[in-house]
Amino acid sequence: MTSLSPDLAPVVDIRDLHFRYDARDVLRGINLRVPRGKVVAIMGGSGCGKTTLMRLIGGQLRARGGELKVFGESIADINRERLYDLRRRMGMLFQFGALFTDMSVYDNVAFPLHEHTELPEELIRDLVLMKLHAVGLRGAAHLMPSELSGGMARRVALARTVALDPQLIMYDEPFAGLDPISLGVIGQLIRRLNDALGASSIVVTHDVQESLQIVDYIYFVSEGRIIAEGTPDEIRASTDPWVHQFVWGEVDGPVPFQYPARPYREALLGSADA
Amino acid sequence: MKRTTIDLWVGIFVAMGIAALFFLAVQVGNLRGTEIVEPYELQARFDNIGGLKPRAPVRSAGVVIGRVHHIDYDSERFQAVVVMNIDHRYTFPKDTFATINTSGLLGEQYIGMEPGGDEALLQPGDTMMKTQSAVVLEKLISQFMFSKAAEGTAPK
Amino acid sequence: MPEILLRPFVRLGHSVVSAIWRLGFASRFLAAIVLMSGTTFRRPYLLMREIYFSGVLSLIIILVSGLFVGMVLALHGYDTLSRYGSEEWLGVLVALSLTRELGPVLAGLLFASRAGSAITAEIGLMKATEQLSAMDMMAVNPVARVVAPRFWGGVISMPLLAAMFSAMGVLGGYLVGVVQIGVDPGSFWSQMQSQVDFERDVLGGVVKSVVFGIAVALIAVFEGYDSDATAEGVSRATTRTVVTSALVILGLDFVLTAFMF
Repeated sequence: MTSLSPDLAPVVDIRDLHFRYDARDVLRGINLRVPRGKVVAIMGGSGCGKTTLMRLIGGQLRARGGELKVFGESIADINRERLYDLRRRMGMLFQFGALFTDMSVYDNVAFPLHEHTELPEELIRDLVLMKLHAVGLRGAAHLMPSELSGGMARRVALARTVALDPQLIMYDEPFAGLDPISLGVIGQLIRRLNDALGASSIVVTHDVQESLQIVDYIYFVSEGRIIAEGTPDEIRASTDPWVHQFVWGEVDGPVPFQYPARPYREALLGSADA
Repeated sequence: MKRTTIDLWVGIFVAMGIAALFFLAVQVGNLRGTEIVEPYELQARFDNIGGLKPRAPVRSAGVVIGRVHHIDYDSERFQAVVVMNIDHRYTFPKDTFATINTSGLLGEQYIGMEPGGDEALLQPGDTMMKTQSAVVLEKLISQFMFSKAAEGTAPK
Repeated sequence: MPEILLRPFVRLGHSVVSAIWRLGFASRFLAAIVLMSGTTFRRPYLLMREIYFSGVLSLIIILVSGLFVGMVLALHGYDTLSRYGSEEWLGVLVALSLTRELGPVLAGLLFASRAGSAITAEIGLMKATEQLSAMDMMAVNPVARVVAPRFWGGVISMPLLAAMFSAMGVLGGYLVGVVQIGVDPGSFWSQMQSQVDFERDVLGGVVKSVVFGIAVALIAVFEGYDSDATAEGVSRATTRTVVTSALVILGLDFVLTAFMF
């Protein structure tokens, strides 16, 4: 790592992580660190393994080789109870919110509080309203998820994610499919909540421009490996062809435009069986 | 959906279910005092039991006082051995008749106890001495036809 | 031998093997559900809600169907019995058919189609929209919180619904037999009471409905939990719930009837 010095043990520490799925090597030796209090982005094209990486960090998948430590504990062979203990300090925002459709916005945000604390109802009410206020949706507390727009649903889900003041917040494609205003809102919320809670965040995305504005460090994943990393300034100035193609959205480069096929001339003039 | 509304409906639902079970038990079934209390065993041998089945009632004066427990076959004497459970409250004289009767014309068969006059009573495990086998309908009909035919050819 | 002839057999063998595999999964799932049922019983509201959604909301279809089945039984039964002058046995015919067989089986089939498919769709949809994953990530066990209450809700609702089906059927039989056709009410009820044995017939029917309830509830939650996380997958899963439940009910019915009667 170049210019980011961790003062304490990193929240997430990954060394040489391998993962296979159905005889396919998804991750081939990942080295990644999320220092305390920082927002780290994991970027890459579709199918590069970044979502798998996040699932591994959250314990939804089990790694086959290498070391994966979250909050200093290796979660490779951890039992369910211990995993649930760790998860109480984590929050994960799913791509489309994953709100519970049979409950109101209020009940959704109150869910972790009801399940994991014995706090009195009035206190829970205050906490829920505070969280909703932080994402700007306090007035929507009585609505049902079906009555919310995509951006609103995601913000409610964010309020739910931070309900227990987690120390590690993970975002799965938080910018996907949002209008420019909502994009800006979510981006700002990610940064502000991280700093306000003193937490660490991981953002899995391929929205480069928004991420470069809010994160502290970026890892680029391609074909199961980290092929580039750095601070936003370093990335913008990078001359690595892959990074350059990704950041500036170039049509052709290390990631080719044409799907591998026979030479064009041959296909047009050749026989019928391709 | 309010909690109280759900609770109310679930309560009604469960109450209805239990009511239905109760209805089936009492109005439809025979869950009323027809339990055979602390039964004792009696045996009876028959040449022909007709359509008698296990769990068939044993009646005295028409009232159910026991049930047929199981039916065995004695291959030495070529007889059916019927083992019955009789309610311990009811005792019978040693010379009681065990007959196989039919409920109605085509109904199921049951054992009727016709008490005799002996002072000594049947003890648990005893075999009843006096029995009457089932009436086989075909034999009855052929007897009837035979006697009708005999009538016809008898000198007038 | 040409491959095209072998293909249907290969597919058949494949489906049998995968069916047995799924049976294994389903059994393990049942064990997991039972082990994680603590939450369901410690928070009765969860269970109440599920009894409401699978039981109370099935009331109408069960009561109406039960009534009609009883009425039809009486019609057919009278037609046949009157030929032998045995109309007084109509009550017996209706009551025994219902308590022993039609009550548990038909209520089970109706329950599977109405409540079972709804449960499968609900759980499948939660899976497809990542609600189950979200719950898991919030350190709340989805099997304990979502699956187990629905399972027990089904198990508790089924026997009650079957009893109500049979009871309505008997009433339907009474309405047609006595009120409409004119069979003597005294003999209708008294013959029924003398011939229908509580232990054998009524309780036997209840045992059947409990077994069916466990089967249908398990199938419904399993298919939902195991469905492919797409719209198509959920729709396939609901169909499978209804079809598998029907086959399992009829199969178990045969086994139980042979055993008990």
